[in-house]
Amino acid sequence: MSTASKEALVDPFFNNNPIALQVLGICSALAVTTKLETAIVMTLAVTAVTVGSNMAVSLIRNLIPPSIRIIVQLTIIASLVIITDQVLKAFVYDISKQLSVFVGLIITNCIVMGRAEAFAMQNPPGLSAVDGLGNGLGYGIVLLVVGFCRELFGSGKLLGITILKPVTEGGWYVPNGLMVLAPAAFFLIGIFIWIVRSWKPEQIEEDFRVGALLELSHEGNLR
Amino acid sequence: MHSTGFTVMFAAAVCFVCAIFVSGSAVLLADRQETNKVLDRQQKVLDVAGLLDSGPTTPDQIVELYKSNIRPVVIDLASGEPLPDVDPANFDQAAEMADPATSKEAPPNDAKVRRIPNRAVVFQVVENDDVMSYIIPVEGKGLWSTLYGYLALDSDGQTIKGITFYQHGETPGLGGEIDNPRWKALWDGRKAYGPDGEPKVAVIKGQAGTPEESPFAVDGLSGATLTSRGVTYLVQFWLGDHGFGPYLHQQARQES
Repeated sequence: MSTASKEALVDPFFNNNPIALQVLGICSALAVTTKLETAIVMTLAVTAVTVGSNMAVSLIRNLIPPSIRIIVQLTIIASLVIITDQVLKAFVYDISKQLSVFVGLIITNCIVMGRAEAFAMQNPPGLSAVDGLGNGLGYGIVLLVVGFCRELFGSGKLLGITILKPVTEGGWYVPNGLMVLAPAAFFLIGIFIWIVRSWKPEQIEEDFRVGALLELSHEGNLR
Repeated sequence: MHSTGFTVMFAAAVCFVCAIFVSGSAVLLADRQETNKVLDRQQKVLDVAGLLDSGPTTPDQIVELYKSNIRPVVIDLASGEPLPDVDPANFDQAAEMADPATSKEAPPNDAKVRRIPNRAVVFQVVENDDVMSYIIPVEGKGLWSTLYGYLALDSDGQTIKGITFYQHGETPGLGGEIDNPRWKALWDGRKAYGPDGEPKVAVIKGQAGTPEESPFAVDGLSGATLTSRGVTYLVQFWLGDHGFGPYLHQQARQES
C-alpha cells in the first residue's frame, strides 16, 4: 500500500476523525448508540455508503458539470442509501427496524457528502474508495466506543449478553439511566474528543469562539 | 466548459443509472423482505401469546410453533360471527381496511382510526384443540406515528394477557418504551372491560400497582404522555363495539 492510500485510510481514525475533529455526523451518533449491535450495523452501513459514493463520484469526476455537481453527488449518495436500506431489510430485519429512519438519514450525514466533495472530486477512484473506507471506519470508531459505554453502563450488557447483572434481574449493578438517553452520547463524544486532543495537541483550535460553532450550525454542518 | 446540452444529458444519465440500481435492488430483495415481514408478524403473535419465553428461536422454529399453536380465524367484525369459508392465509386485513368495498368509515374516535374493515382476523392460541387465548390486531395513532400491534386476551375474553407492537415510529427511549418488556409485562392480568361491558382498561399517569390493586390501569410511560394516551385510545377502540367487542363478548358468554 502506498503512503498516500495508507494516509487516506488511517488519518480519519484519530488524526482527522470526522466526528472528533470535524464534528460531523453527530445526529446519528446520538441516535444509534444505545446498543453496540446497532452501532456496528450503522458503522457498516455508513462505511458501505462512503466507499461506494466516493468511488462512484471519483469515477465520473472529470465528467460532472460543475454547475450540477452537488445534486449529482446527492443523487448517487441517495441511491446508495436506499440500496443499503433494502439490503438491511432483507438480511438483518430486526436491526433494520431498530435503526428505523436513521439508515435513510445517512443521506444527510455530512461525512458522506463532505468526502465526496472534498476528496473524491480530486482523486482517483482507488484512493477515493480508501478514503471512504477510512472515514466510515473513523466514524465507526467513535460509534463503537460510545455504543460500548452506553450499552455496558446503561443496561449492563454487551451485544445483548449480560455482563453486569442489573438489580432488576437479581444482580448487583444499578444501571445508569442517563446512559440510555441522548445526552450521554454527547458527554462520551466530548470525553473522546478530550482524550484524542490530549494525545494529539495539534488538533486543539487556537482561537476557539462560540461564534464559529454558530456559523457552522448555520451552514448546516452541525447535524 | 460543458455545454447546457451536455449538462442535461449528464443529469439524465446519472438519474437513469441510479434508478436502475435502486429499482433493481428493490425488486431483487422484495421476496426476502416479504418473508422477513411475515416471519416478524408471526413472531410477534407468538410473543404476545407468551410462547416465546424459552429464549432465542430460529426462523424454522417460529414457523413450526406458529403452525402448531396459532389458529387464525376470520370473523365478521360487526356481528362477531366467525366466517369459516374465508381462508385466513389469503386474508389481508390491511388491504380490506383500505378498500371502500370491504370497509366502512369509522365514526370519529380518539384512536384516529379512519376505516373499519368488515372482516377481521383473530388469532386463537390453541392447545390440544382448547382455545387458551385470543389475539386481536390493534392499531391507532400515538404521538408521531400509527402504532400497529397485537393484544392478547385470556379465553374468558376479559383478562388481558399481553400486548406488543410490531410497527411504530415513536421516540426511542420515550414513547418507544412501549417495546420495553418490563412495561409490556404490566398488562398481564388487567381486566379489559368494566362491569357494564364497556372497555375500561387504560394507561394512566404514574404507577398503577398490581392487577389486584387496580385491575383497569397500567403504568404510564414517563415522558410519553401522548403515546400512553394513544395506546389507551387504540386499545379501547378495538375492544369496543366497533372493534372486536361483539366477538369477545360472545366468547365470554360461551365460556361461562
